[in-house]
Amino acid sequence: MSDQPIVAVVVFPGSNDDRDAAWALGAVGAEPVLVWHEEQELPAETGAVVLPGGFSYGDYLRTGAIASLSPAMAAVRRFANDGGPVLGICNGFQILCESRLLPGVLRPNRQLEFVCRDATLRVENADTAFTRRCEDGQELVIPVKHGEGAWYADEGTFVQLAARGQIVLRYTADVNGSLGYVAGVINEMGNVMGLMPHPEHAIDPLLGSADGGLLLAALVDAAAEYLLVAA
Amino acid sequence: MRATVLVRPKQGILDPQGEAVQRSLRKLGFDVSAARVGRVIDLELDADQTENARATIERMCAELLANSLIESFEIHVDES
Repeated sequence: MSDQPIVAVVVFPGSNDDRDAAWALGAVGAEPVLVWHEEQELPAETGAVVLPGGFSYGDYLRTGAIASLSPAMAAVRRFANDGGPVLGICNGFQILCESRLLPGVLRPNRQLEFVCRDATLRVENADTAFTRRCEDGQELVIPVKHGEGAWYADEGTFVQLAARGQIVLRYTADVNGSLGYVAGVINEMGNVMGLMPHPEHAIDPLLGSADGGLLLAALVDAAAEYLLVAA
Repeated sequence: MRATVLVRPKQGILDPQGEAVQRSLRKLGFDVSAARVGRVIDLELDADQTENARATIERMCAELLANSLIESFEIHVDES
């Protein structure tokens, strides 16, 4: 095993942030490997998976609905059930919700407009594999660019998730009509997280913010740990 | 055999698309107090699928055609 853990980036037809994600992961110490959605298996020694942003399958039916049924997603589901860390970004978050690997669903923005700008997020739970390089209450500046980012769950689910610390990131102001300003959630087991903002577009101060690097570097840490335990 | 599935945003679920359609209809002078936008899926099933067609389509809805968190569905089977 090399020092740099392999992070698989799944490429769906219509993904468009796969290469950005791979580049950013490489910059924070991972060995990124692009995996075509028709692959039945993840590469050997995969330490973590990223589902990138884009418009998989043209967002037909509902965003993420068709992609959730692709062969690679069956492999991602097995990986997640084994405790492997999985991060879904934007369309990747939508796919994880449609796969029922994460609670809730992403709906069209309240304002019916595509939103593309920097968003300020507050870390609601720094005690997760993905946010442990942050502090509780820390504000991160990470860009959003989506038309369907209004996260929704029924009230009972929402209250339960908040009580369990599964609401990991919230916008500091309304961005898209998301319930409770939710920007990112994690599963109960703590190894699958999704968020609408794009950490891969915020890993260099020259481009406005390096805050996304905190999340991606934590994912790389989690990948290394997962491989260590699996070995 | 043919069947049609109507998928709608559940009652109480915000439907920004429907609101935009309603506003546009009002601009055109139509007195519309609400509009909700869903989707229609026309299906043609293989001949050997006619038995339990409704149950089969319900499974299709649960597994793909509708997201039960936000959408309800209605199935119309053309028995002719």
